Amino acid sequence: MSQLDAQGPTQDVAGAQPSATVMQTPAEPAIDAPLAGSADVMLGGGGTRRFGDRIFATAASGASAIVILIVVLVALFLLIKALPSIVDDKANFLTSTQWNVGNAGELRFGIAGLLYTTVLSSIFALLLAVPVAIGIALFITQYAPARLARPVAHAVDLLAVIPSIIYGVWGFRVLAPKLTPIQDALSHVGVGLFADQNIDVGTVFDAGLVLAIMILPIITAISRDVFDRTPTANKEGALALGATRWEMIRMTVLPFGRPGVISGAMLGLGRALGETVAVLLILSTVSGFSFSIFSGGTTFATQITQGAGEFGTHPGPYIAAGLVLFVLTFLVNAVARTIVARRKDFT
Amino acid sequence: MTSATAELRATSLSGPGRARSVKNKLAAVLVTVSFLIALVPLLWVLWTVVKDGLGTILHASWWTGTMRNVTYTDPGGGAWHAIVGTLEQVFLCTLISVPIAVMVGIYLVEYGQNAFARLTTFMVDILTGIPSIVAALFIFALMHETLHTSLSGWLVSLALVILMVPVIVRSTEEMLRLVPNDLREASYALGIAKWRTIVRVVIPTALTGLITGVVLGIARVAGETAPLLILVSVSDSTNANLFSGAQSALPTLIKKQFNDAGQTASGVSYHLDANGNRVAGAVTNYAVDRMWASALTLILIIMLLTVIARFIGRFNKLAK
Repeated sequence: MSQLDAQGPTQDVAGAQPSATVMQTPAEPAIDAPLAGSADVMLGGGGTRRFGDRIFATAASGASAIVILIVVLVALFLLIKALPSIVDDKANFLTSTQWNVGNAGELRFGIAGLLYTTVLSSIFALLLAVPVAIGIALFITQYAPARLARPVAHAVDLLAVIPSIIYGVWGFRVLAPKLTPIQDALSHVGVGLFADQNIDVGTVFDAGLVLAIMILPIITAISRDVFDRTPTANKEGALALGATRWEMIRMTVLPFGRPGVISGAMLGLGRALGETVAVLLILSTVSGFSFSIFSGGTTFATQITQGAGEFGTHPGPYIAAGLVLFVLTFLVNAVARTIVARRKDFT
Repeated sequence: MTSATAELRATSLSGPGRARSVKNKLAAVLVTVSFLIALVPLLWVLWTVVKDGLGTILHASWWTGTMRNVTYTDPGGGAWHAIVGTLEQVFLCTLISVPIAVMVGIYLVEYGQNAFARLTTFMVDILTGIPSIVAALFIFALMHETLHTSLSGWLVSLALVILMVPVIVRSTEEMLRLVPNDLREASYALGIAKWRTIVRVVIPTALTGLITGVVLGIARVAGETAPLLILVSVSDSTNANLFSGAQSALPTLIKKQFNDAGQTASGVSYHLDANGNRVAGAVTNYAVDRMWASALTLILIIMLLTVIARFIGRFNKLAK
């Protein structure tokens, strides 16, 4: 690979033998001539070849430039369109839980409430999904017979194929009513995080559970990947020392796969933070703000979609919410990528 | 030391002690249970959608009709207008995404390994993590707020491009890296230019894998709802024009029926019969059936795409 990349686009003939590059210049037509006779692509001579190569390389790097440009533009435009509203904000943008944006001269909005509900539902989803995902990944890589492992992996991947709006419809109309008794039982604890808010269907609890189902496939896929790459020597060494299968997993597979599981969890978290329509359909809006997981609420994404009707007159505050969501998911994903990258250095 | 050796010998001869063996069995049970836990929502969702949606989509009128002049108190209605919208928006999105994404993949694999390539990889990573709602907001801020384009279907396509490109870049990269270097070098040895080697040797070798990646990318964006909520209004009639006016798509059809399904006709004690006459009696909310039917329609389209991708993948010689 590196040998190929070291060559310039004009030095094609030299592929098999790097020392020949010196001869592959216009000054040495004797080398070119017999080749040109045998391959019709050479009829145009070195000039066209170089020209075609240059165009193709430009197109390829141009496409990369477009991707870079898109990301830069996303950050730039969100910032430009959000800043005026943040400046006009009469409330504290970071600590207020208000969202009064109807009157352009009297903007009062803050992200504290949105941030709390978004993070609470996502963390709750993560707490539910990670243990199950680790279990499934272990089942597929360490327990299931080879014939069963593939279909099982496909089944879990299918969870990722179902669109989020269908999770939302199912979550609100089918799952959430079934959860009401569990919710009632748990809310007897009664204070703070578990305070009863008299909402039967459409709580952060409901939304978090559906989010957990939605992020299960990505965490499973990445955990599966790293568990599968545990060196066989380590595993067999543990077994040879008399470890049971579980002890072998605890001593070799889990420590080896830990960074992968963490980064998978972070990617899942990023997805949960930005999930829009499933949460929009499930989560009931409440007036005021509550810390309870058995309350409704508004996340960044649902606040933005609920305000879509007001975009014509004052999209600013909503774009500001989008900007914060962008930064939040960026940070979470960056942490995940860093863990993966650092891991690569070791292996 | 001696006691440890004795213990080890005892272990290896008689198997693990009771506590360890119980722990081992418990772990096996928990791991198996966690797999079963994952199957529950999968089967539950699919079962609900099929059970409650199948009756409606078996009518031919579901596939040809629209929701024009159909309210939640009326039976019938169809999804044609939404299917048209989804197909058009996804088609335009694919048309834009595939050339860009495949060229980026080619750049990273065939030309990469410099600072620009590392920057590109980093940006693709960021794109992968962008929530669909943020992509939609960006298109809104750029196209509507700044360039004053009116809201219509093609803006949705643009937002979907942002979500689709990283998916295809990833799969393209993965597939091109599987192409054996021997093939490239054999081509260079015959004096064939690099770009012709890529177009005539590398891409054909990886083609089935590339197509699988594209189809999975299409399946990934076809169910996206957030851009539709912001970038185009909902229409109950067929609008085949991507570039102007309201246009429905399957996700927004589901959402509208979902909203209507929550309606209860309080104070209304009559409903309309097939001829439009008022008939006394409770009103049935027909939106519920259509909600599941449109969900099933969307799942069928996405499953079909996934199956096609898997089928094409079977012919992929590189993946084996």
